[in-house]
Parts: sequence; C-alpha cells; structure tokens
Amino acid sequence: MTDAGSAPPAGAGATTGRDARARLSLRAVSFAYSQTRVLDGIDLDVRAGERLAILGPNGAGKSTVLRLLAGTLTPDAGRVLLDGGDLAAMRGADRARRLAFVPQESRVAFDFTVLEIVLMGRSPRLGLLGIEGAHDLEIARRALAFTDAEALAERPISQLSSGERQRVLLARALAQEPDTILLDEPTAFLDLGHQVRIHRLLSGLHRERGTTVVFVSHDLNLAARYADRIVLLAEGRILRDGTPAQVLTPDALRAAYGVEVRLVTDPELEAPTVVVLGPAASS
Amino acid sequence: MKRFTLPRLIGVTAILGAVLVVVVVLAMGIGATQVPVLQTLFGSSGGSPEEALRAREILLGLRLPRILLAALVGGALACSGATFQAVLRNPLADPYILGVSGGAALGAIATAAFGLDRAPGGWALRPLAAFAGSASTIFLIFLLARLRGRASNYPMLLTGVVVNAFFSALILFIITVADYTRFQQVFFWLVGNIEPPPWPTLAALAVALAGGFAVLYLLAGRMNLMSLGEEEARALGVDVNRVKRTAILVASFVTAAAVSWSGLVGFVGLMVPHAVRLIWGPDHRILLPACALGGAAFLVAADTGARTIMAPIEMPVGIITAAIGAPFFLFLFQREKGGRYFD
Repeated sequence: MTDAGSAPPAGAGATTGRDARARLSLRAVSFAYSQTRVLDGIDLDVRAGERLAILGPNGAGKSTVLRLLAGTLTPDAGRVLLDGGDLAAMRGADRARRLAFVPQESRVAFDFTVLEIVLMGRSPRLGLLGIEGAHDLEIARRALAFTDAEALAERPISQLSSGERQRVLLARALAQEPDTILLDEPTAFLDLGHQVRIHRLLSGLHRERGTTVVFVSHDLNLAARYADRIVLLAEGRILRDGTPAQVLTPDALRAAYGVEVRLVTDPELEAPTVVVLGPAASS
Repeated sequence: MKRFTLPRLIGVTAILGAVLVVVVVLAMGIGATQVPVLQTLFGSSGGSPEEALRAREILLGLRLPRILLAALVGGALACSGATFQAVLRNPLADPYILGVSGGAALGAIATAAFGLDRAPGGWALRPLAAFAGSASTIFLIFLLARLRGRASNYPMLLTGVVVNAFFSALILFIITVADYTRFQQVFFWLVGNIEPPPWPTLAALAVALAGGFAVLYLLAGRMNLMSLGEEEARALGVDVNRVKRTAILVASFVTAAAVSWSGLVGFVGLMVPHAVRLIWGPDHRILLPACALGGAAFLVAADTGARTIMAPIEMPVGIITAAIGAPFFLFLFQREKGGRYFD
C-alpha cells in the first residue's frame, strides 16, 4: 500500500452525493460569524474510513467546515449528522468519544505536563469520579508512543517546540479512542520533516485502526499524497469534490486560488504534483 | 510525577491540613497578653481559677473567632481566585484585581451605611447585597470584554482595575453622605480587616462556603479542560458555557460571602493558587482543596502579623496582603511577558 490516494472513483466527483456509508454529514449547512456569511447551504458526506482533505483559499470556510463536523461550532441553518443522528443533540462526552479535534496550535493557560495533557483526552471516558485509572494511563502512554512522544511525558507543555506540541495534541486525540479524527492544518507550523512525519502517523492510524481522517490543509501536494479524497472550497461553497487527480486540475485551481499551475507526474507517485507557474492572467 | 492520583490528593490535603492546624495554634498563642495555648485548652495552668478563666476567654472568645474568620476568608478568596484563573484562562485573575471583591464591598457597604442591616432580618441583607454586587460586576466585565470582541487577558484585567477604582469612589461617596461618623470603620473595611465575629455568623459563613466549595470541586476536572481553551474543552465534551456560568457565579458567591465579613482583602486569590501550582502542579482536583487549606493558613498568618507587628495598634490585614501581593503580581506579570505561557 502506498501513501498516495488510490480510492476507487465510485461516487467521487459528485458535489452533493448522499452516501450510505456516511460517517459525518453536513446537510444544507449555513454559517456566519456575526455578519459575515462563511458557508452557504453546504452538503458534504465524510465516509467512514476515508482520508479526506479540505482545501481552499483563505476565507473559503475550511476551518469552519471542520469545526462544524467536530461539533465545536453549531450551524445557523441546516444539520450536522453523525451516523445519521443529529450531532447537536448528542451529549458532549458521547460526541467526544467518537470525534477528536486537533487544533492548529494550542495555548494552555497553565503548565501541565505532557502526560497530564494527553490524559485529558480520557476525560470523556472517565467514570463518575473523574479519576484516571491504570487502563487510562496505559492508553495515554500508548498514544504517546504512537506519536513518538514518550520521552516528553514528564516535560511541561510550555517547553515544547511546535513539532513536539503537535505530536502531543495528536496523542491526546488518540487517547480519546475516536473513530474519526479532525485536524485543522496539522502541519502549518512544522518544517518539511515534521510535516511528513505527522502525515505518516495519520496514515498509519488510518491503516491500522480504520480511523477516518479529515484534515484542513494549505499544501496541495501533501493533500494529494496523504488523502484519498479532496474537497476544494471557494467562497463558502464546494467547488470540486473527488480524488486528488479529479480535483487538482488547472481549471479548478485557477478558479479557487487565481493561479496558473502545471501538473506533473512523478513516476513513484500516483497522485499528481502541482507546480505553480504564477498568478492567473485575469482573476 | 505531578499526575493526579487519589493518594496524592490525600497526601497534599494532609500536609496542608497539618500546616493549618499548626498555624492556628501558633496564632492563638500570639497577642498582647501571653497565654499558654495548649495548657489553657487541655491541661491545668499553674495560676488561679480566675486567671485560667480569663485565659480561656481570651483564647476562645477573642482570638479563636477572629482566627477562624481569617481562615474561612483566606480559603474562600484563594479558591475563588483559582476558579477565575481557570475559567478566564488568565493566571493573573483574582477576585480583587477583577473588581469582583469591590462589587461585593459596594453592595455590603450600601446596606450597612443606610442602616438596612440593622432592620429585622437585615443580617441576611448584607451578604445578599454583596453577592448582587460581585455577580453584576463580573457580568459587567464580561459584557465590556465582549463588546471589544474577545473576552480574555489584559484588557479584562484592566477593566477590572478601572471598575474597582470606580466602586471605591462610590463607596467613599456613600459613606460621606450617609454616616460620617462611621468613616474610620469603613475605611478599615475598604483595606480589608478581620474583626472577631459572633459564633452564629461564623457557622453560617462556614456552611455557605462549604457549599460553594463542593460545587466548585465538582467542576474541577472540567476546569482542567477549560485551561486548554474553550474550543478544545468543547471538543473534549465540556459544556463550556454552562461550566463557565456556574463556576463564575459560585466564585462570585464565595467572594461575596468572604468580603461581607472581611472587607477588601486583596491578592490572596492571586498568590495562594500560584504557590500551590508551583509546588503541586496545576490540576484543579488538587489545586482547589490545596487553595482552601493553604489560603486559610496564609490569611491566619497574615492577620496574626497584622495584629502584632505594630502592637498595640491593630492594622487591617489587607495592608499585609497588599504589601506582599502587589510585588508578587508585578513579578508574575513580567515573567509571563517573558514567554513562560504560550503566545
């Protein structure tokens, strides 16, 4: 199995397809921050077990879509469904056992240790007393091992680098034992090596546990390599939806970003590589 | 290993409980008259029966109520500070700095100055008015912060400081207009002063504070999650708005209950939680009980200092807490700018 997207094209390409395998769905969802409308009647199905990348220019509504799917925002109109049930009607802890959200960066008000932060991922699964047991500790340690952050366990969170912190946030998400993990630009502040490492971790999670992975990205080529499916947003609507090869076309990228691109194919990779030529002639 | 465990909670509670008992016993023995505490309470003192009676009267009638009030107020302010710091995600928040204490003081003074608390059933009016004052202050601060767009950090503290100054002016105005003869008493109260209260007052205060503490402790785990930020707390299943509302309301109540009897004792809610975090880490399941006991011990010690340093003159305890607390605040402020917390 390669990292590249190789999902069958069945069902892909439709912008409003309703899928029986849908894990998370947006149904005619609109959202506005105070007066600014961000999303306008969006429909989207995230299928169980897929790796979905959400792309689009600044202000297209990527992060908003992710937060609506994660349940940290509620739509102004329309519904968000988890396995067909209304997400807004779920208890917070029930939702947090299914969905994990990884922010772009995290500001912790107090200096908890890394292990304490990861153990917080267990909180939706704790009993009445809210005390972590040996089992929770074991899962937190495994999550740290999975993200290669075991050595950081006793370090104060404030003393970590961006790359280390991102691995800790990912470990906390794993400690929730979710079936779906949603990440907001997980590699935005990371160098090339850390970017690839984080995406390899996510792909490993997807492969080993069948976890559904949804991530927002600005990096077309990372998305092409590490997603089975790409949703391209522009101005609060879905512009394209399909496999990386279907979505990353010169036409679509010109419409979304106002740039001219050329697609080249590396013999080692299935997904196309996007080479940016310059701004589009008229945009 | 700073991770929360039950034995750890019990250990910390036992240590600080012991510290509190020692401080209380020492404080009972310190004062204008030399009284041997343990002999008077448990054994036979060498002196005459009259002397023994007088010694008991000094210890149990004068010193103990005052010490217990200081303990209750100190514990309340420290827990309230820890709570505000958690839900506002601001390590510099404190009921005094935020103006919550000032709001409570305004409510309490208004009833006292107009003699309302001497009316039948008036004893309940003072704490109720204090609570109304503290709760409306924190909601006013939230409202102003929301108008600015973000409810966080320094603008919020600054708003609190300004609100505090405004309330002080109002309080002084009320006193000047209402009852000039009580000026000195109220002035003391503005700085924070512990007077020996009657036993029923102590008992009522203890019950109210215990109730408030129980509610806050139920929220301790969620306060941990809140310190990750509201969005992440929500993603981990916390009903953020409800927790925030409840915690702030209860912390305001606890503050008001304390301020009603002690006046404006400042900085306890800032210093004690910081000291506890430094030693035992920031987990609120340990922090809150440690603040209750540590805050109690701290204010008993400070009040003992207040009544002995300038003896026979008794200073308001708020002078001591401010003299230690203000430099402490400045130290934290500059250290935080140095990037200890995330930016």
